[in-house]
Amino acid sequence: MTLNRRDFLKISGAGAAVALAGCATRPSTSARARVVVVGAGFGGATCAKYLRKWGPDIEVTLIEPNDKFVSCPFSNWVLGGLRSMDDITHGYDRLPGHGIRMVRDSVVAIDPDKRMVTTRGGASIGYDRLVLAPGIEILTDTVKGFKEAEAAGKVVHAWKAGAQTALLRRQLEAMPDGGTFVMSVPASPYRCPPGPYERACMVAHYFKQAKPKSKIILLDGNADIASKKALFTWAWNSFYPGMIDYRPNNAPLAVDGGKMIVTTEFDDVKGDVLNVVPRQRAGEVCDLAGARNDSNKAWCVVNLATFESTTVPNVHIIGDSVLSNLPKSGHMATNHAKVCAAAIVELLAGRQPDPLPVVTNTCYSATSDSTAGYVANVYRFEAGKGYVSAPEGGATAKGDESNFVFAESWSKNIWAEVLS
Amino acid sequence: MHKKTILMLGGFIGLAFSGITGAADMHTEVIASTCMSCHGPGGKSQGKIPSLTGLHKDHFVKVMTEFKAGTRASSVMKRLANGYTEAEIEAMGDYFASLK
Repeated sequence: MTLNRRDFLKISGAGAAVALAGCATRPSTSARARVVVVGAGFGGATCAKYLRKWGPDIEVTLIEPNDKFVSCPFSNWVLGGLRSMDDITHGYDRLPGHGIRMVRDSVVAIDPDKRMVTTRGGASIGYDRLVLAPGIEILTDTVKGFKEAEAAGKVVHAWKAGAQTALLRRQLEAMPDGGTFVMSVPASPYRCPPGPYERACMVAHYFKQAKPKSKIILLDGNADIASKKALFTWAWNSFYPGMIDYRPNNAPLAVDGGKMIVTTEFDDVKGDVLNVVPRQRAGEVCDLAGARNDSNKAWCVVNLATFESTTVPNVHIIGDSVLSNLPKSGHMATNHAKVCAAAIVELLAGRQPDPLPVVTNTCYSATSDSTAGYVANVYRFEAGKGYVSAPEGGATAKGDESNFVFAESWSKNIWAEVLS
Repeated sequence: MHKKTILMLGGFIGLAFSGITGAADMHTEVIASTCMSCHGPGGKSQGKIPSLTGLHKDHFVKVMTEFKAGTRASSVMKRLANGYTEAEIEAMGDYFASLK
């Protein structure tokens, strides 16, 4: 009987431990453990980097369809005219220096039994451990007419930074003074809880400078401001009085990109620029692995100490796709990535991962072109409870100039942490 | 008993108890690495957020302890420092002091 590497690992249970004990010989052609990471955003790129740092013998392949990283954090600053698309767009050129094999492709199939991913380009890539970091899928079907309006370039979500961010900025620039910007906020859970309210601040800032007679209508699918409520209420009252019409419990049901109308349960809301952000679920590749395993088949339930799927062995999910009490932020994704990378390194070496990891989240939101506030928390894993927020964590009630400068520094540092 | 001895003993007890190696070190590696999402790769910061690379351990522990107590002015750091144990702060101090 000839054993392939996978069978060998299966039989040994913890292959590396056996190898360490010196009573087994690994096949020389594939002695290195293989980890495949899908998605090179905040979570995936960080995970690939730290897998190599902590497991220098691990063969790490990072699969990403895009040739550039476009940051969602600070994309609202582009809408406000504080930053350009170039400022939030970065290359992947420094990641191969960590010994990461970059594959520019999309994943079209995952076989968790054979431990194999297949790419659109036709490559089959085997793995010992797989990390899925796809971010979110936008549920465009949940708002009637959105797909058509989006395809026509009339209405965008701009909830994945990139071409839609640039298009939305152009729409705002083309809007006449006295026009109305209508934005919808999806019901929780969604990517970046403070993002919609920061976006309202940034668009309001732009209007105040360039078209002061304009209005913003915020149609919130939630019962209240879902994040940093005190901060945003302070900002709207202080800087943009009378400009922002906030309407809770107003989820959009339909959008008409011809008539430029968003329909809610209550009325038809007409605007000059419409920014509809539909509800979301875990990225598509999670479904390919059968890892959207919550009761709605929308998000991924994982062991939060290792980020391994509770139902699909050897498949780890990090970032916005994970169902947990941790906020869906880019910063949090980088820290999922580090806990996950450490756990994988330990598991591949036949050791038990840290059973009580600790993660942080620090998230700044701009409230004007010179002020920002933040939320900061440490979350400690507790057996039987999951992550528990440490005391004293929370958000600022107001923004200030000092935190605006810290936010700028944060962006440079986190982009460097992820990509260089 | 000297603090270092207690930490060492703690480590040995952990080892004997679980029969594993590495987890305690990886715990420090991971919590220190989470700092770098704000403080930059390797603790080298660009802009107003301070660097952590090569900080003297005593200074790091003193500053974190003051953030925790609220006796040192800070932006996010009081909220964050409160989330760590004294042993973790000591271990992070050793870690950052070792970085070049």
